[in-house]
Amino acid sequence: MIATSKPAPRTASRPRSRRQGVGERPNWIGGAVAWLWLLVVIVPIYWIVITSFKTQANYYATNPLLPPTEPVLDNYRLVIESDFPRYFRNSVIVAVGAVVPAVAFSFMAAYAIVRAGAASRFLRLVNSLFLMGLAIPLQAAVIPIYLIIIKLRLYDSLTALILPSIAFAIPLSVLVLSNFIRDVPKELFESMRIDGAGEVKMLWRLALPLTRPAVVTVTIYNALTIWNGFLLPLILTQSPDKRTLPLALWTFQGQYSVNVPAVLASVVLTTLPILILYAVGRRQLLSGLTAGIGK
Amino acid sequence: MSRIARSTLTPQAAAGRGSAGGGLGWLALPALAVFVAFGVVPLIGVLALSFTSWDGLGEIRWTGLTSWREVLTDPGLPHALWVTFLVMAFSWLVQTPASILIGVFLAGHQRYREVLAVLYFIPLLLSSAAIAITYKALLDPNFGLGAGLGVDLLVQDWLGEPVLAFGVVIFTVSWQFIPFHALIYQGGVRQIPRSLYEAAEIDGAGRIRKFFSITLPQLKYTIITSSTLMVVGSLTFFDLIFVLTEGGPGDATRVLALEMYKRGFQANLMGPASAIAVVLVLLGLVLALLLRRIGGRDPGASQLEGAS
Repeated sequence: MIATSKPAPRTASRPRSRRQGVGERPNWIGGAVAWLWLLVVIVPIYWIVITSFKTQANYYATNPLLPPTEPVLDNYRLVIESDFPRYFRNSVIVAVGAVVPAVAFSFMAAYAIVRAGAASRFLRLVNSLFLMGLAIPLQAAVIPIYLIIIKLRLYDSLTALILPSIAFAIPLSVLVLSNFIRDVPKELFESMRIDGAGEVKMLWRLALPLTRPAVVTVTIYNALTIWNGFLLPLILTQSPDKRTLPLALWTFQGQYSVNVPAVLASVVLTTLPILILYAVGRRQLLSGLTAGIGK
Repeated sequence: MSRIARSTLTPQAAAGRGSAGGGLGWLALPALAVFVAFGVVPLIGVLALSFTSWDGLGEIRWTGLTSWREVLTDPGLPHALWVTFLVMAFSWLVQTPASILIGVFLAGHQRYREVLAVLYFIPLLLSSAAIAITYKALLDPNFGLGAGLGVDLLVQDWLGEPVLAFGVVIFTVSWQFIPFHALIYQGGVRQIPRSLYEAAEIDGAGRIRKFFSITLPQLKYTIITSSTLMVVGSLTFFDLIFVLTEGGPGDATRVLALEMYKRGFQANLMGPASAIAVVLVLLGLVLALLLRRIGGRDPGASQLEGAS
């Protein structure tokens, strides 16, 4: 099965299952749980959004679940004035600076691992090292990482956040990407090689275009993890101007804990970029995740 | 160029790939280098550091088993292990049935269910810090939702009572991760061959019978994958609990990762903290291996066998 055609069986089976769905009794239990959980998910999010547009006085005076009668942007102004643009920029630098090399390195490694197959003992070893790496929790490694970063004189810099982030993105990225590259038919590689293409050209012209959904998935997934990362910034940075968004959120809440609307505005602002990214890449992210981790 | 020449010279596929394999190794080097430097070395380093004394700033001194003795005789470790186990067990118990039910439901192809899936996914996009901050504000006895609505049942000192705080942690974890696992199950359910259901229908099986006789057994490997991610993942809940309760009240929600952080970065005892980190790694490995044994195959390496 070619990787790019992965979502196809799903669409193909759609009419059939729909026809079947008509004759079936509805799934009451599943439906009840699903709708209930939807409520549990949506109510807090709804509350975050409406509250972030209320004034502090209005928040205490009105029903917390009703939208504000006069929405205000004061909370957002306060958040932006609290240096959030800088934290935003830091987060972007760390996310881009870590995700681009992480995905590139992982793709190269995954390509080599799949193409060499069982033939290269070195690559087999590398592969099992990465597979074992899946089991390393970041938390368990932070103390030596802290030591290494100090020794490299990188403490309290954005580079300090980027380097470990790349390392911890690699194992899962290699796993997912190699699963997809493995699905590229061998004949295609064979015919390209007969045409005189080298491995680099095959990687770039054949493997990459055919596994684009997987690459997008891995990119978004890593970007999300790194964007939301809290522990590394907490441990490896110190000065306020090196804060990334999650850490800034935390300190902001410590500062303005009584001003609930302002705290929630900071939550909305920091989540907005991810929501946009999600809206853009959702389809590919979902199909890639379910195919890569699903079963 | 010589690589191609060599491999085209040998027509046998195996031999051809063999020489290609030799020339491909360099492609894996960048990933290998970063991963070794910031993944493998720290893992070995944490073991080494557990035999030292270090305050995080000054000199690192070898002190043999002192740190281990300190950690193993301190009641903090068994307590943290117990809390970690409780978090693991309860979050699994809450998340798994809910995720399976929602996943099966979402696997239907009705259009509104796709809309549902989009909404479900939102908690996954929020950072743990953002979720913890939101729930902290939402559950605040004076400024939170309960106080605002005037519902006495909701006005509790949610994060101040040990049992309630533990419950809040489990709920928040579930809020964050049920969508993810529901999606995994959705994918698993969609891969079950329809013919199995058709055969069962001919035999007159009802929906519940089909669920227990076909869906659940067919989801076996999905359940193992999802459970592995849940169980091993629950060892690493740090951000959420740190921001939500900081391990409190007292030490009611102080899981292993938090115990490690507090000793290392707050009490400046990096030696004992490293020992706890080693325990964390071992626990994760044992659990992953155990779940793999139950599964009877490697859920990581052979995912595609099930998919294709």
